[in-house]
Amino acid sequence: MNRASLIFAVLLALLLPLSLLAGRVWIDPFDTGATQNAALILAELRLPRAVLAVVIGAGLGAAGATMQGYLRNPLADPGLFGIAPMAALGAVASFWLNPLLPVAWAAWSLPLLALLGAGLGMAALALIAGRTSSDAEGGAGGGIALFTLAGLMLASLAGALTALAITLAPNPFALSQIVLWLNGALTDRSWHEVAIAAPLIAAGIAVLALAAKSLDALTLGEEAARSLGLDPGRLLALLVVGIGLTVGAGVAVAGIIGFVGLVVPHLVRPLTDRLPSSLILPSALAGACLVLAADSIVRVLPLVTELRLGIALSLIGAPFFFWLLLRMRRGQL
Amino acid sequence: MSLATENLTLTRGGRVVVSDLSATLQPGQITAIVGPNGAGKSSLLLGLAGLLAPTTGAVTLDGANLAGLHPRTRAQSIGYLPQTADIAWDVAVENLVALGRLPWRDRGTEAVDAALAALDLAPLRHRPVSRLSGGERARVLLARVLAGEPRWILADEPLAALDLAHQLSLIAHLKACARAGQGVVVVIHDLALAMNHADRVLVLKDGRLIADGLPAEALAPQVIAQGWGVAARWLGEAGRLGEAGGMALVAGPGPARTDQGLG
Repeated sequence: MNRASLIFAVLLALLLPLSLLAGRVWIDPFDTGATQNAALILAELRLPRAVLAVVIGAGLGAAGATMQGYLRNPLADPGLFGIAPMAALGAVASFWLNPLLPVAWAAWSLPLLALLGAGLGMAALALIAGRTSSDAEGGAGGGIALFTLAGLMLASLAGALTALAITLAPNPFALSQIVLWLNGALTDRSWHEVAIAAPLIAAGIAVLALAAKSLDALTLGEEAARSLGLDPGRLLALLVVGIGLTVGAGVAVAGIIGFVGLVVPHLVRPLTDRLPSSLILPSALAGACLVLAADSIVRVLPLVTELRLGIALSLIGAPFFFWLLLRMRRGQL
Repeated sequence: MSLATENLTLTRGGRVVVSDLSATLQPGQITAIVGPNGAGKSSLLLGLAGLLAPTTGAVTLDGANLAGLHPRTRAQSIGYLPQTADIAWDVAVENLVALGRLPWRDRGTEAVDAALAALDLAPLRHRPVSRLSGGERARVLLARVLAGEPRWILADEPLAALDLAHQLSLIAHLKACARAGQGVVVVIHDLALAMNHADRVLVLKDGRLIADGLPAEALAPQVIAQGWGVAARWLGEAGRLGEAGGMALVAGPGPARTDQGLG
């Protein structure tokens, strides 16, 4: 555990109890005669929501750190692989299918179809990856660049199909549901969603951690990394599975939450030796802090309807991205 | 203890870049690979490093086929220094050099220290790579290879971006490696550097070996005429390898190109 991990672990330990107390109804921790309501709010509303924020943020943070290491680019984002849009497409499909399904299945159809979408995206990437890595060995080169373009293509295809599904929405209610859902949120999530997402995201982070040393080797470029014993096919397989699990499971329970994967590694990098392997764990912790803090803030903002978490994070993320670009222009990155 | 190619043919992007090449390289020597642009020098080096799979033929390390070795085992024996020196993250010198230990999966603190000391980098060990000069950067990247303690050092134009003083100092480091028993193979453009500092020179043209031997034989004027289409002659004294002076190449009178063109 390095210094950055320690800092963000402590921060998370401070944020977590605060987040549990904050909301429309503030809970006073020193009120010994706490009502049964307060206990209920804590156990059934706040705690699962906080755990989900931590889990999803950790997944996005770790995925972002790995993607930036893999693409050797501080502007890379896990969204570049097209897995989040594919998962979203699966979820949107469930709004169409739900009326046809037995009621008992309804609660499961959205996350399952989103996971199916993420799985399809991973399979498509794996097919493309098999080809590009063998090309790279044949010297055609451009393995990583080609693969990224394939991911972007997948993202744009999934985006187009999602837009199509929206314009052809079966009824206005479904339309508003889809649009709302696409801007991710953690409102009214329960232990049910935690049970779906937590194991998958934990497994995903573990898979990404296995790629750490290979990402370090990539610091020197693709050929030098291979000369150090890097197996490009294995690395790509680890990334596709790891990103698929972390991002796919996150989208399945919370919709699309952008910018976390992009922003978090930048907050962490100056606190480390800047090697990709040193970034994965602290980025997971920092991602958890960011999503937890953002979710707590949208909960207490005095608005008529709660600000969607996905929108809030994009509102923070976009100017940050702009600032990043300016800094890069000045060569400070 | 040799690195050899047997009837090696390499293709890149469907094009044959090295064809039917057989050569046995010896450790303890500096072997220079020279040739005109597009002759297949870098591809041959990639092939020797096990990073470009042979289309036909084989590369062997101590008699064992390189393609059959585990990538990590291969990486422990063969260090490869690519031509491009881009470093993705602004890490400290010592952390970059320590990447050379990845094939061994250890920290290799002693090897890292030794590599830093060998290239006079100890005072810079905590400096971020973005604050290094071109010459320091080249030394850091070579130190990364040395830290892996490979038996073979394969470097693609390690001298290309360096000024004269840094070229000579890097050559001195490579010579020290060769003296210590490591095999050193460099792709090089400057024929005078090859003439004066290599123990053996391989001349490539259109993916074929057109000369192989001591510098004075392999870089004879008729070979230069055949390979580069340039009439040239050597000035100075042969047999003074490693000392000040040495030989210089000058373009002489005569046709600038042969009828074969430049390949």
